[in-house]
Amino acid sequence: MSGHDHDHDHSELTETQLRVRALETVLTEKGYVDPAALDLLIETYEKKVGPRNGARVVAKAWADAAFRARLFKDATLAIAELGYAGRQGEHIVALENTPMRHNMVVCTLCSCYPWPVLGLPPVWYKSAPYRSRAVADPRGVLKDFGVRLPKDTEIRVWDSTAEIRYLVIPMRPAGTEGWSEDKLAELVTRDSMIGTGLPKEPAK
Amino acid sequence: MNGAQDMGGVHGFGLVEPEPNEPVFHADWEKRAFALTLAMGTPGGWNIDMSRFARENRQPTEYLAMSYYQLWLAGLEALLKERDLVSDDEIVVGHSLHPPKPVTRILSPGDVAQVLYRGGPTERETNTKARFKAGDTVRAKNINPLTHTRLPRYVRGHLGQIERVIGCHVFPDSNAQGAGENPQWLYTVRFDGRELWGDGADPSVTVSVDAWEPYLEPL
Repeated sequence: MSGHDHDHDHSELTETQLRVRALETVLTEKGYVDPAALDLLIETYEKKVGPRNGARVVAKAWADAAFRARLFKDATLAIAELGYAGRQGEHIVALENTPMRHNMVVCTLCSCYPWPVLGLPPVWYKSAPYRSRAVADPRGVLKDFGVRLPKDTEIRVWDSTAEIRYLVIPMRPAGTEGWSEDKLAELVTRDSMIGTGLPKEPAK
Repeated sequence: MNGAQDMGGVHGFGLVEPEPNEPVFHADWEKRAFALTLAMGTPGGWNIDMSRFARENRQPTEYLAMSYYQLWLAGLEALLKERDLVSDDEIVVGHSLHPPKPVTRILSPGDVAQVLYRGGPTERETNTKARFKAGDTVRAKNINPLTHTRLPRYVRGHLGQIERVIGCHVFPDSNAQGAGENPQWLYTVRFDGRELWGDGADPSVTVSVDAWEPYLEPL
């Protein structure tokens, strides 16, 4: 990248920073926003709501057959048992990965993502490469993530075009019999709950 | 609208680039743009479909040149200006220059947890009967509205199967225009990859969208 491009990027970023600051000042002066509420919103999604929530849901689904049944019957209700609910997760559906079927979730039209269980989406999920290719070439996308699945595994892509939010329940790794939910949750990666990754394998 | 937001199947964007140990936000201004957008939903009075349309309703070149939170910021500014809550001269000088418009309420710190926990469910009661049932073959209509829609171009005109009758949900095409929630039956519709992308496509791929009844016609 040339020096000129770099300066250009830098000045654009500064312009955006200034614009956001200006807007926040105007909205605060007008009494439309309370900056303390803004801080709390940011803190919620930086510190409290994230993929560790979803990992707990998956670990419970692996360890607790009755919960698993409730999860696949009505995921919104089952997930609320763990205290996770609300914005961008008002209607959740859990998708079961099996040896025959691998599920992958995308939002081609914007960035719909199950916030209460996964937090805010990563940049790649919102990016043009993912949104354009996930529905047309999901195996190619999986390759970008270093994931290769058997040729005859059905790849089922879910485009989140409405207010239904999808959570992939990956397959439980072998060699984890008798593990606690806490220990199982450590194997659950964010990407394995989107369908672009697999859970970690237990250390040998 | 057939805008740049409708990306399914577009070629040339390159590889997906995961970022190891990605932070939730990449800059302070992203945090503020995110929080301002959420907080202004309370006094602003717009709905999620209006917000989405405000982000996507721009020239494709502009949409593609903006980062995610730049789009959020642009969408928020558009909504604020449409309702005369903020004017351009105020954003330029960075101060309020005109009296505020009366708003019914704002988001207080004490409300944040409850507002997030409640969210905005979109399912509605209905007396109507769903036109389709699981297993029915349907065709996604070929529609090209200039206004907001959630039927992606890559399924339009194609045959799919109803996989699930989800329920009756707020219809974005109406809601985004301020024409009321106009709830409609919503379905998960599954398409064979080869139906969407041709005979050369990977036969192991199926793709579904969630589609409201007005998007679908019986075969």
